[in-house]
Amino acid sequence: MIHLHDINKTYFGAQPLHVLKGISLDIEEGEFVSIMGASGSGKSTLLNILGILDNYDSGEYVLDGTLIKDLSERRATEYRNHFIGFIFQSFNLIGFKTAVENVELPLFYQGVSRRKRHKMALEYLERLDLLPWADHYPNEMSGGQKQRVAIARALIANPKVILADEPTGALDSKTSVEVMALLKSLNEEEHKTIVVVTHESGVANETNKIIHIKDGRIGKIEENLDHHASPFGINGVMK
Amino acid sequence: MRLDIDTYREILDTLTRNKSRSFLTGFGVFWGVFMLVALIGGGDGLKDLLSKNFEGFATNSALVFAQPTTKPYDGFRKGRQWNMVYKDVDRLKAQVPELDVVTPMVARWGSVVVFGDKKSTASVKGVEPDYAQVEQPNLYYGRYINPMDMAQHRKVCVLGKKIYKTLFPGGGNPCGQLVRIDSLYYSVVGVDYSSGNMNINGSAEESVILPITLMQQTYNLGDQVDIISLTGRPGVVLSKLSSRIRGIIAHEHHVDPTDEKGITVFNTEVLFGMVDSLFKGVNYLVWLVGIGTLLAGAIGVSNIMMVTVRERTVEIGIRRAIGATPRMVLSQIITESIVLTIVAGMSGILFAVAILQLLEMGNTTDGIVQAHFQVSFWTAVGAMALLSVLGVLAGLAPAARAMSIKPVDAMRDE
Ligand SMILES: Nc1ncnc2c1ncn2[C@@H]1O[C@H](COP(=O)(O)OP(=O)(O)OP(=O)(O)O)[C@@H](O)[C@H]1O
Ligand SMILES: [Mg+2]
Repeated sequence: MIHLHDINKTYFGAQPLHVLKGISLDIEEGEFVSIMGASGSGKSTLLNILGILDNYDSGEYVLDGTLIKDLSERRATEYRNHFIGFIFQSFNLIGFKTAVENVELPLFYQGVSRRKRHKMALEYLERLDLLPWADHYPNEMSGGQKQRVAIARALIANPKVILADEPTGALDSKTSVEVMALLKSLNEEEHKTIVVVTHESGVANETNKIIHIKDGRIGKIEENLDHHASPFGINGVMK
Repeated sequence: MRLDIDTYREILDTLTRNKSRSFLTGFGVFWGVFMLVALIGGGDGLKDLLSKNFEGFATNSALVFAQPTTKPYDGFRKGRQWNMVYKDVDRLKAQVPELDVVTPMVARWGSVVVFGDKKSTASVKGVEPDYAQVEQPNLYYGRYINPMDMAQHRKVCVLGKKIYKTLFPGGGNPCGQLVRIDSLYYSVVGVDYSSGNMNINGSAEESVILPITLMQQTYNLGDQVDIISLTGRPGVVLSKLSSRIRGIIAHEHHVDPTDEKGITVFNTEVLFGMVDSLFKGVNYLVWLVGIGTLLAGAIGVSNIMMVTVRERTVEIGIRRAIGATPRMVLSQIITESIVLTIVAGMSGILFAVAILQLLEMGNTTDGIVQAHFQVSFWTAVGAMALLSVLGVLAGLAPAARAMSIKPVDAMRDE
């Protein structure tokens, strides 16, 4: 599904910063993967490249058999719209839109009719137990609720891949557990390919594979099928 | 670019849910349009008010009147008093074919007009019927002096507006009533409502008009004439005839034909020329200031939208990240700008029209509009068209910046 070969990325700021130093990585369809690493190690940079939100300098990124390089804005937008769902640490909901309107937005850009997308958005909100909040604005909701709205928005276009950048970063441990459980069920029941960026080992422990990244290079890759072996216990996503 | 109802709803939502932002953005245009339309209307109204002063007065006209001579001539000392006579009218008619109307007037100040127990002072003017072509009456009741009045020496008069209002406070048609002017009774045949401030021998509102022959007899004036009014035929420049006219009259009365004071020939065209250029100046200024304000408004909109786009980096980044193409963002920002400009502009036009309507109502007397402040329908349409263009232009730069926002910007900007 995702194939990276020798990806390099340098930010040219005040002084050039070589952030990704030859990343090679394969993620198969239906995998539930986390990327872990210290702050500044390049996790977000990598995820933005995976989501075609940003471009890379050299190397090769193949997504579902298509080489993602120098895509036209239209193609890139199409991928972001249909193929990939994003979940951000800061939720990134639009403040002046209600929950249901935020969830509808990807379908608006697909040209789905008003009535149909409204119906679908309500369905997704219902699945996430958010129906009573449909007409609330983001600033009237808790962090966990906002993140679930963001997840509903990421899901509504029925993407194959879900990319989450520190989805629990702004949540308390109880809501973090809920959000991770939600992602897990999406992976198990709908076979979505999910990549979660985090620096919390408890969060990473919920995923099936943990990729460690250090100073822009891939460190060790752990298979993590036995979540119970976690030192944090069964329900413990520790902060 | 999909421009369906859905897209418009999206834009309306964005605008109405960010009210203060939209309001601030639109206010510049609102004010610009308001100023432009109000200035155009105000300028027109002012012009009307100014024109009122000259209303009903023939533009291509001249007045001839006698003053004490300033030069000795033909054995006479300077400073001699003299008068024009009725025959001068015939002489001018015969010898200057370029003239259209040549008509004499005698006048008297401080006469008393009485009806019942009401009383008013007035200036009395004796004229011929064709004087109406020099100072056009605005007859509210009845008619003007006519040739039959002259021929039959009828004792008739036309009352000015103020005199009529004083003598007949209850209103109604006074024609046929007898009023006393000084010692004689005259039958009222008309009421003249003209109120221009360009008058000969006293304001028309406070005058009573009599047939000239009757007046000459009544007041023992012989065939004396105070003023001869002239109008030129179309295309004739009266100022070029001045010295010829002066010469003809001078010859008969032993006055130096170069005595410009003794025989005064006053050309109204000089006055009208001045007023005309004044109007042109006012017009020019109105458009300059109006367009300037409007442009400033549009630049203001562009500026605020620029700031707004910056502020909306995250929102636009999110939209891009979940499926908006740069073109969609572009069209959204431009459409927002157009909608804002048009709504704000329309309110500006409506507000200006309302104010102008009030002004116009304030300038209406006796149901007659004195000055037209209101702008025409086409002026409003023109303003609208101008607005739409400005809206697009104002949205261009902000839209270009919005388009350059990359989806990563949504994540980075916190
Ligand atoms: N647009 C940018 N321009 C210049 N430097 C950048 C830019 N974005 C990120 N960086 C730098 O690149 C490095 C990696 O950033 P990145 O956001 O990928 O780290 P991260 O692993 O996600 O960290 P965190 O866990 O704190 O989110 C950091 O040192 C950061 O300062
Ligand atoms: Mg990060």
